[in-house]
Amino acid sequence: MRTLTSGDIIFILMAVRWTLLLSLVAFLGGAVGGILVALARTSEFKSLRLASSGYIKVFQGTPLLMQLFLAFFVPGLFGWSVDPWSAAALGLSLHASAFLGEIWRGAINVVPRGQWEAATSLGLRYWPKMALVIVPQAVKIAIPPTIGFLVQLIKGTSLASIIGFVELTRAAQVINNATFRPFTIFALVALVYYVICRPLSAYSKRMEQKLLVAAR
Amino acid sequence: MSYEFDFADVFAAWPELLQGLVNSLVLSALAMAIGMVVSVAGALGKTSGPKWLVWIIDEYIELIRNTPFLVQIFMIYFGLPTIGLKLSSNGAALLALVVNVAAYGIEIIRAGIESIQKGQIEAGKSLGLRPLQIFRLVILKPAIQAIYPSLTSQFILLMLNTSVCSAIAASELTAVAGDIQSRTFRSFEVYFIVTCMYLGLSVFFWTVFAGIERKFLRQPTTR
Repeated sequence: MRTLTSGDIIFILMAVRWTLLLSLVAFLGGAVGGILVALARTSEFKSLRLASSGYIKVFQGTPLLMQLFLAFFVPGLFGWSVDPWSAAALGLSLHASAFLGEIWRGAINVVPRGQWEAATSLGLRYWPKMALVIVPQAVKIAIPPTIGFLVQLIKGTSLASIIGFVELTRAAQVINNATFRPFTIFALVALVYYVICRPLSAYSKRMEQKLLVAAR
Repeated sequence: MSYEFDFADVFAAWPELLQGLVNSLVLSALAMAIGMVVSVAGALGKTSGPKWLVWIIDEYIELIRNTPFLVQIFMIYFGLPTIGLKLSSNGAALLALVVNVAAYGIEIIRAGIESIQKGQIEAGKSLGLRPLQIFRLVILKPAIQAIYPSLTSQFILLMLNTSVCSAIAASELTAVAGDIQSRTFRSFEVYFIVTCMYLGLSVFFWTVFAGIERKFLRQPTTR
């Protein structure tokens, strides 16, 4: 055991870039997947609706930690070896696709039926209708819960430490194993997450209240 | 795909898996029960406490909601002993789950309390309902109707969250999976089966909770 140095603190603080990068990659991957899931959920084809609803159920009904373990081990079945970074990015992206897909489906469904009918009667086909009429109205409603989920995702990246990816939480564990100052170290780490997540939560809450007032 | 699946070792460990499942359920139920007591106290504090207490409760909620559960567990399991409070891994897991779920439960219960309308109680009185009837029909039932969906989904989230407690070797399902994996090296098979078990639990609770809602909590039609 050795003492906790300022170098250790800097090591922990620098690891936050991996937390942020992983969150960003997972959010972008989840956004692409989430669009597909949301479109499938609101599709006129029953098979697409069923498949996407099953996908959402599986990810909402199992622990994120299990999803990360499977993202780590499933590619191995096909002979691809993945490092913890790729497994975490893959697992969190698939996870985010399900949750963002469900959030965005909700936002699409809130757009009044008459808007769909009006767009159709103007002769718009599926893609122009979505892009020009439905999505612009859905986006406003979708922003608060999307930011709220981003907070969940940033917190979720801490589980990547369990499959061995060195982000903020893992860096803290490494330093704690050497110095054994758990109270200081984990309080510091909690503070870093708090500083990142609190403004996002507050923004999401403010936007939501604004929408509620506007809807009144 | 050249991988050969071998579930035999995993299936052979079914008594362990079953025990892990039971432990996860017990941990979830205990945490939910204690968490609700804390939540009711917190919600009462928030709705009728002094300003400083409201501030403390609000900051507690924000602190817990904006930090990862894993860090909260580490803080409780590794951090608390350094200030003299040593807990077993199961005790630390339970405490962490209670602390975590209360940060969500307080707001849910508060919403339930605020859904009760004074005019409704007065209307009940003027209809000649007895105090116990008023509590049961005018206060309790509408409040439960209001919070039931959030409360039940919070329970399922809590149950899924118990898997994180494996990080401090609490004896629940995910920790059992880790044990089996390190013994048999059948990583995919173990985690696949355990994932299915969690999914089974979620589907079970979704179904049961929806059934209860249909049977006992159906909203009177407004049309």
